[in-house]
Amino acid sequence: MESNWDGSASPFQKERKLAHVTLPRSLSEKVEGELELEVDARNVRALIRALDLRFPGIGEILSGQTAVAIDGEILSEAGIEPLSAQSEVHFLPRVGGG
Amino acid sequence: MSAATGEQKFRWVGTRPVRPDGHDKVTGRARYGADFSLPGMLCGRVLRSPHAHARILKIDTAEALALEGVHAVLTGDDLPDLTSSEESSSLSAASRNIMARDKVLYHGHAVAAVAASTPEVAREALALIRVEYEVLESVLGIEEALADGAPLLDEELRTKGEEDPKPSNVAAKVMFSNGDIEVGFALADEIVEREFTTQAVHQGYIEPHACLAQMGEDGKATLWVSSQGQFAIRSMTAGILGVELSHLRVIPAEIGGGFGGKTTVYLEPLAVALSRKSGRPVKMVMSREEVFRGSGPALGTRIKVKLGATREGRLVAAQALLHYEAGGFPGSSVQAGAMTIFSSYALEHLEITGYDVVVNKPKGAAYRAPGAPMAAFATESLMDELATRLEIDPVDFRLRNAAKEGVQSAFGPRFRRIGLVETLEAIQAHPHYRAPLKPNQGRGVAVGFWFNAGLQSSASVNVNEDGTVSVVSGSPDIGGSRASLAIMAAEELGIEYEAVDVTVADTASVGFNDVTGGSRVTFATGMAVIESAREVIQQLRERAASIWDVEVDQVVWQEGRACVPDSKEIESLDLKAIADQAGETGGPITGRHSLSARGVGMGFGAHICDVQVDPETGRVEVVRYTAVQDAGRAIHPSYVEGQMQGGVAQGIGWALNEEYIYNADGELQNPGFLDYRIPVASDLPMIDTVIVEVPNDGHPYGVRGVGEVPIVAPLPAVANAVCAATGVRFTDLPLSPPRVLKGIEDAETVS
Repeated sequence: MESNWDGSASPFQKERKLAHVTLPRSLSEKVEGELELEVDARNVRALIRALDLRFPGIGEILSGQTAVAIDGEILSEAGIEPLSAQSEVHFLPRVGGG
Repeated sequence: MSAATGEQKFRWVGTRPVRPDGHDKVTGRARYGADFSLPGMLCGRVLRSPHAHARILKIDTAEALALEGVHAVLTGDDLPDLTSSEESSSLSAASRNIMARDKVLYHGHAVAAVAASTPEVAREALALIRVEYEVLESVLGIEEALADGAPLLDEELRTKGEEDPKPSNVAAKVMFSNGDIEVGFALADEIVEREFTTQAVHQGYIEPHACLAQMGEDGKATLWVSSQGQFAIRSMTAGILGVELSHLRVIPAEIGGGFGGKTTVYLEPLAVALSRKSGRPVKMVMSREEVFRGSGPALGTRIKVKLGATREGRLVAAQALLHYEAGGFPGSSVQAGAMTIFSSYALEHLEITGYDVVVNKPKGAAYRAPGAPMAAFATESLMDELATRLEIDPVDFRLRNAAKEGVQSAFGPRFRRIGLVETLEAIQAHPHYRAPLKPNQGRGVAVGFWFNAGLQSSASVNVNEDGTVSVVSGSPDIGGSRASLAIMAAEELGIEYEAVDVTVADTASVGFNDVTGGSRVTFATGMAVIESAREVIQQLRERAASIWDVEVDQVVWQEGRACVPDSKEIESLDLKAIADQAGETGGPITGRHSLSARGVGMGFGAHICDVQVDPETGRVEVVRYTAVQDAGRAIHPSYVEGQMQGGVAQGIGWALNEEYIYNADGELQNPGFLDYRIPVASDLPMIDTVIVEVPNDGHPYGVRGVGEVPIVAPLPAVANAVCAATGVRFTDLPLSPPRVLKGIEDAETVS
């Protein structure tokens, strides 16, 4: 078993996965200016939880109000999407189509 | 799912079979939102505010309720107050938009509704409702909203994204940046900077909002409605009324245009609530005037852009400040405007700031590529000006800076495979680009970008006893998706297109589907159909294997038949033969699939516009127009071309004629198609189209969404053409004759 049910890192994990994460400028104050960071997470849900542990309260904003772009693809709702090593993750404003 | 390649061979994809909805539409059999009726049905009508901004002090409905023939009267107090509930702020705003509670925020804001036996009685009842208002100073534009001491639409509203915000009319701030903007401009040999404005425009769908609702004594309701998404209508209506989703069944009607404007609710919760109160079915249909006054347009914008380039034609810096009107409630399309404004170009240094501004106008709604056309108007106008100053061909200039795979977008992520370069090369190679012009004519080019969407879709494919196939989708067909879905099912199954029938089902008959919006249905619901068809093929192979008593692995599905390639004795079976034996081999053959679509392909288009300007009247006529677009893969090219032509027609209207005109009290002066002038066929030339196919490798056939991109480029393409014809750079839309004439005269005075 390499990860827990919810995608969080397990102590038995063989390979650490660092995603390069970019947060929206509007969250600058909430993340003490750290808008670009490397995060160890296997999927988007685990990534948001890791960010929330570091910056309490940000998880609700990221999961409720933003879209996620993983390696160039924008997803309005993402949770179980796996993150590979070197994944580029951008949290973006949600955009509605017509 | 297998990826698309450029070498795929198709039988049906890329052909132009007859549209399945055509007969019903041309014979009048198609049933739109207003075409449903039930025994005992009442007529619902809405009372609307005569003020743009006012506090509601009192509503007295006693006299109206006492009128013979009136069965129910509704005010905001009859709906659950979602303001402080755990429901989302957007649902709370939708609730207060469809029925004001304490304040009216625009002229035409609903304040009460009645259900009566006839339209005449309903109208009489509305006149008997007494509303006492405290009229407040209204805020009718961005300048007024931002002014010191401006009246506040919502005293609790603070700017999201701003540090230490105070109460204001600015609901949100959005920012994107990269590199160092000052370093970027220091590298520039040429810098251009201008401020642009656009006015409120309506989607202009021909069918007004309409619905019929019936709620029984058991609290279960049925709603017949024309919309872009029966599931979205269900969730918003149920959320506003506090009804369980399973207690509300929404049946989609045929839709007479939406363009984003039918992704939300206006009448639907009112009709259900009136039916609940009266115990009778209630039908509500907006007049055209109500559509203009009470439904959501794309509102006005003010956009300042600064671009810098080297003399070799390389863009080095871009800066934008965007203000978008949201209407009476927060939620303009400024975020998309900010994200798209520089997205067509590779830029190292950029800074984008956008503000969402509430004003006393109807709550804005989505309109094709929401937010992008206005942003493109600003950027593409300045790209044109820079190209002229640098003496570089405008298409060459764009090609030198075009976004491509691997380039970091202005909004952050790197682009995957996109087709901007290919579309620009196509307009450069098009005969139109080199065709001679006559006196007073000018030519403009521009590019447009839209993200496109995936979202959630469900579909099923059912094999009928006679071997025909029924596809069930939950996506309303606005742009031809029934034909596209039928083509994809026929392609996968290897059967005739005519053997496939597609139904858009109600909320109780198919799995959840997000709205038909974001140019997503042929892409996402198409994938659900393809996967469903593949599941059917697997079952067909299993059935054939059981009939032949062979292993399923030995059976292949080829050109609509099951066969065993290794055997000469076994004769292949077609779909009909297997369907005929379905009862003996395991029962009905059906495939279904639900997905959260992945693999969206972003879209680009490049347009050429020729105009003729009458120097004596300022009238602008579009005399030739060519639209080029990357469709990834055109499933039904005629529908793709139709999307392109429709988007261009709407964009030309936005550029030349369309605008909401308000008086000083905030009352809309042109709420009808006589005074709000959308282009008609005689106003436009044939819009020439060229489909470029750079396959999206996130879709099995390579599909990209096509519905929104074509409205983005026309605003700047027209403006650039007018500039070429007149020598005047116009920065305010629409380019109506008085504005163009004044621009020409002012330029002559200066020279």
